[in-house]
Amino acid sequence: MIWVNTVIEGVLVGSFYALFACGLSLMFGVMKIINLAHGDMAVVAGYTAIFLVPKFHVAPVWSFVVVVPLFALVGYIVQRTLLQKAIDRDPFTTLLVTFGLSVIIENLLLEIYTANGQSIDIGILISKSWQVSSTLTISYFSLVVLAVAVAVLLSLQLFLSHTGTGRQIRAVSDDREAAQLCGTNYRHIFGIASAIAFATVALAGIAYGISTEFFPSSGGGNLLFAFEAVVIGGIGSLWGTLIGGVLLGVSQQLGAHFSPAYQVLGGNIFFLAVLAVRPQGLFGKRTEM
Amino acid sequence: MKKVRNLEHGADSIVTVRRGQINPLYTLIGAVVLSVLLTWAPWILPAADVSILQNFFILVIMATMWNLLAGYAGMVSIGQQGFIGLGAYAVLYFAIKGLNPFVAIPLAIIVCAIIAVPVTFLLLRLRGGYFSIATWVVANTAMLLILSFTLLGGGTGAALPGLVNLSPNQLNHDRYLSTWFVALIVVVATYVLLRSRLGLVLSSVRDNEVASRSSGTKVTSTRRMIFIVAAAGCGAAGAVLAISQPFIQPGNEFSLSWTAEMLFVSMIGGLGTIEGPILGSIIFFALQQWLQNWGAWYLIIFGAVAVSIALWQPRGLWGIVRDKFHFELLPVGYRVNGAAVDPPSMKGDRPAWRSRFARKKVAPESAST
Repeated sequence: MIWVNTVIEGVLVGSFYALFACGLSLMFGVMKIINLAHGDMAVVAGYTAIFLVPKFHVAPVWSFVVVVPLFALVGYIVQRTLLQKAIDRDPFTTLLVTFGLSVIIENLLLEIYTANGQSIDIGILISKSWQVSSTLTISYFSLVVLAVAVAVLLSLQLFLSHTGTGRQIRAVSDDREAAQLCGTNYRHIFGIASAIAFATVALAGIAYGISTEFFPSSGGGNLLFAFEAVVIGGIGSLWGTLIGGVLLGVSQQLGAHFSPAYQVLGGNIFFLAVLAVRPQGLFGKRTEM
Repeated sequence: MKKVRNLEHGADSIVTVRRGQINPLYTLIGAVVLSVLLTWAPWILPAADVSILQNFFILVIMATMWNLLAGYAGMVSIGQQGFIGLGAYAVLYFAIKGLNPFVAIPLAIIVCAIIAVPVTFLLLRLRGGYFSIATWVVANTAMLLILSFTLLGGGTGAALPGLVNLSPNQLNHDRYLSTWFVALIVVVATYVLLRSRLGLVLSSVRDNEVASRSSGTKVTSTRRMIFIVAAAGCGAAGAVLAISQPFIQPGNEFSLSWTAEMLFVSMIGGLGTIEGPILGSIIFFALQQWLQNWGAWYLIIFGAVAVSIALWQPRGLWGIVRDKFHFELLPVGYRVNGAAVDPPSMKGDRPAWRSRFARKKVAPESAST
């Protein structure tokens, strides 16, 4: 029974990682860049929900209604200004720039809001849970996160395969120049992909802020988990990311089962093992590397 | 200096190929004088300045290693703090086992190099950003493994034994001198390495990997070698960091801020030059001293400057100096001098002296890449 608990815990945590990672996966798939400030954007979303949203008289539970569109806008603007400039140089520059952004954001948050932990208070809702058996309780909130993660991935999949903009995104992802020749403004498409990525990471950041306390420095750890989920699942595969997240969550819970100190270590070791045995990930193609 | 007859322009025009325009003897004399002064520093400078100088050298070691990785081998590692931490903890381990911490420094360097070997087999399968984050995962894993050893103090850290029987004055001198000598060795070794055949291979891979591969360079094994050297160098930085602190803590030694500093410093100074990271370190320390009462703002400002430089002036401050005045203190490449060559090659995105193959070819226009 204890193993069932571990696996269920892992699946619930893993779906959160997948929610975190899908923006990273999308940005890599379309723009071929890794946003090293991805985790920090989630933390900024958390701080926005705490310090900015109350000014609009919105309840904390509904803070995503304000933060997600705001982040989509920010994502579009950041892509069209800063990131596009870096992409125009080379992939190397995007790494330097996004890493620089990550350090700047983290230290700005530290200077403005101190190193104290923050969390988004949704009141009694967070403590409601479902008693499955005598040893297993599942909080409703983690089920909501699971549902949101699946819904986001599903709608992203449908968006990419069935809408005009989605088709353009896939075209630009396959061949930027050819798409440009067919009349697609690839810079605008990059902006849209980035807006989606920022919106999903804002959602993940709010979910994170509700479920646990976070600090200005929390972004790095989250980026690691998101990245591990992407690589385990296979680069460029959205459903792979979900399964990667779940496997990462399960391996972390297994590590934690031996000793609470081994939680992150369990995930890292599983990640390195996947890297050693199947570097393209479980559902990835070799060429995507 | 080598004279090559210019076939295209007849016997009269001679192009000369050489490394730099300063006589190497002057550079050597300058380096020796500076080295003597810096070795003498603890006897002539106040203790506070010596301590700043010591931290400066630690940063120079880190930045030089990061520059070797990213600026020459194109590997953007954000996990070098892993090797810094391992170097520091190796010193701690040997000191606990009864060794003099200063003797443990070279051992710690060897330990880091050995650990880096299996790591390269995992990491070099990945490219670009994926390589970057995977290095971070490795650093994170190393920290978590160190945390689980109670002998090494776990999460709370441990004091470095073996330094108590030295007088404070003696201790400060020894700390400074060991840091300075490690920094000197690291910079000189990097310089020699880059002037060697390996440096030639690195430049060719950086300028055009496909062409370089097709000419028979072993790209992966070269990258592996550089990664191991950089791991050893960061281990050295960690080792001297360990002896310069009274207390060794995982959160400090394995901090991502080391990587942030080495990245910003080498970017601002100029990636792909030996002088750049040193210049960047000087600027970093000046800024840090100037803004020392302003918390983390120095890092924010420095980061913003580094990002702007990456976007608008990717060759950094030393790159500006080099492009404007055609001046290098520690040249690792070759330059082609001759009237027929200069104008077109100087205007291109890559100046002539970055192509070290210029030496091999006779016709001057082949010097421009």
